[in-house]
Amino acid sequence: MKNLTEKVKKNPIWKSIFRRDYRNNVRDRALAIFGNVFLHLHPVQVRESAVKLRFTWGMGGITFFSFILLVITGVVLMFYYHPSIEQAYSDIKDLEFQVPYGVILRNMHRWAAHFMVIVVMIHMFRVFMTGSYKAPRQFNWGIGVILLVLTFLLSFTGYLTPWDQLGFWAITVGTNMGAATPLLGYQGPFSEYLHITPYNDIRFALLGGAQVGANALLRSYIWHCVAIPLISIILMFVHFWRVRKDGGISRPQK
Amino acid sequence: MNPFIEIITQPDNIAIVIMIIMVTFFMGWAFLQAYQNDKLKAAGLPVEGENDRDVDTFKPLVRIELIITLAVMVGLTIWSIAVNAPLEEIANPTITPNPAKAPWYFLGLQELLVYFDPWLAGVVLPTLIVVGLIAIPYIDINPKGNGYYTFEERKYAILIFSFGFFILWLLLIVIGVFFRGPGWLWYWPWQEWDHQRVVFEPTRDLTSLVGIDSRSLAGFIIGALVVGGYFVAGMAAPYRYWKKNNPELLAQLGMVRYVTIMFLFISMMSIPIKMILRLVFLIKYVWITPWFNV
Repeated sequence: MKNLTEKVKKNPIWKSIFRRDYRNNVRDRALAIFGNVFLHLHPVQVRESAVKLRFTWGMGGITFFSFILLVITGVVLMFYYHPSIEQAYSDIKDLEFQVPYGVILRNMHRWAAHFMVIVVMIHMFRVFMTGSYKAPRQFNWGIGVILLVLTFLLSFTGYLTPWDQLGFWAITVGTNMGAATPLLGYQGPFSEYLHITPYNDIRFALLGGAQVGANALLRSYIWHCVAIPLISIILMFVHFWRVRKDGGISRPQK
Repeated sequence: MNPFIEIITQPDNIAIVIMIIMVTFFMGWAFLQAYQNDKLKAAGLPVEGENDRDVDTFKPLVRIELIITLAVMVGLTIWSIAVNAPLEEIANPTITPNPAKAPWYFLGLQELLVYFDPWLAGVVLPTLIVVGLIAIPYIDINPKGNGYYTFEERKYAILIFSFGFFILWLLLIVIGVFFRGPGWLWYWPWQEWDHQRVVFEPTRDLTSLVGIDSRSLAGFIIGALVVGGYFVAGMAAPYRYWKKNNPELLAQLGMVRYVTIMFLFISMMSIPIKMILRLVFLIKYVWITPWFNV
C-alpha cells in the first residue's frame, strides 16, 4: 500500500497537478493556502479565537455556501425550464413527474433559498453584536447590507418563476408597492404632477407591463438568473476582499 | 387536523419554524457571551480572545469550514428529501387568493400596511431601514465593543438594534405568517379560517377625537402640527436633555450625526406609536392632506 502511494505520488500526472509533496511544516501549511486559488481567500494565519465557532457561528460562510448550492441547483433547473407562461408551469410539473431527481432538485433550490435568507439575517445580527461594523470595517458593513437586500431580491424574483398562484399573487402584492412610490408610482403621492400613469410608472418598469404577465415572467427570470447573481458575485468579491484588507475577522484589540 | 399543526407544517412555513428556532438559539448565545464578557471586564480581566495567538489557517480553519459545509449539505439534503416544495394551481389573474401574502421575509412590511398607507409601509420605511442600517457605523461613534460580545459597553446601540430586528422585523414576520387569515384579519393559529367573517371596526382620524373634521382646513393644520411637532419635539427634547446632562456626548456627535440618529430613531418609533394609535384608539390617520395621508 505504501509502495503504491509512493508510485502515485511520483507519477508525472500527479506531480503536474499537486506540484510538490505536502509535509506538515510551516512552509507547506502556508503553501496549502496561497498555492490554492480557492483557499487563498484566507490569510495564511488567523487569530486563534477567530477560528472558534462560538465567535462567528460560521454564518457568513454558510451564507456563501448556500449561494454556491443555489447557483449549482439553479443552473441545473435552467436546463429544464422555459420562461414563458405557456410552458413554465408544466416545466415545473415535469420536474415532479418526468425529470430524474427533479423533485429533490427543486426542493433543494427552494429550501436552500429560504435557508440563505435566514442565515444572512443571523450573520448580520452576529456582526452587529460583536461590534464588527466599527472602524475600520464601516464600509464593508454597508456592502453587507446591500448584499442582504440582494438576497431578498434574489428570492423574491425567483418566486414568480413556477408561474403558480402563490408566486403570481406574491409578486402582484409586492410590485403593487412600487405603484405607491412617491413621485414615480401612479398611486404614489405627487405623481400626478409628473403625469405618471399605470403605463409609465415604476411598477410598469418592473413588470414590463401594467399587470403581471409574460413580460413580468421574463424580467423576473433574467433578474433572478443573470442580473442579480452577477451583481451579488461582484459585491461578494468586494465583501470578502475587504474582510481581508480590513484586518480579517474582528477581534478585541490587544 | 389541528389547525395549529396544519399551519406550522405547511412546507413553506417549516422554514419560518426553523428561523424561529435558529434566531432564538443565536440570540441566547450572543447575549450569554455578552454577559460572560461583561463579567470578565468587570473583574478587570481580558475578554475572550483578547490575548490569543495566531494559528495556521491550514488546517484548523479549513477543517472547520469543511465540517460546517458537510453538515449544512446533509441538513439541506434531508430537508429536501423530507419536505416537498409546494406548487399551487397555475397562475390565474381572475382568482385572487384571500389572503394574498407576499414572500415571508416581506410579511413584516405587509403587516405595516394595516397601520400605514402603501407609500409609507412599502416604499419610505423600507428605504429608511436600508439607509439606516448602512448609516449605523457612521453614527455609532462608541469605539468600545469592537470584536467581542458585550452588552454593558454598548447598551443603547444593542437595545435599539434588537428592538428593530426582533420586534419590528422578525415578530411582525411571524405575525404575518401565522396570525393573519382572510381579509388580513387576526386569527390565532388554532382557529379555523372563516372566509365569511367580516369585522366592522369603525376607525376615525385623530382630529375627530376633538370634534374637528380631519378633511377640513383646521383638521389639516392640526394634523400637520401633530406630525411636525412629533419630529421637532423628538429632535429637540433629547437635545435639551443631553445639553444639560451630557454636553460632551453632543459635542462628540456633532449636529449632522445627532440629527441623523434622531431622525432614524423617531421614524422607527413612529411604527409602534402608530400601532398603538390604531389598535387602542382606533385611529386610522393622524394627518390627511390632499396628496397623502399619514
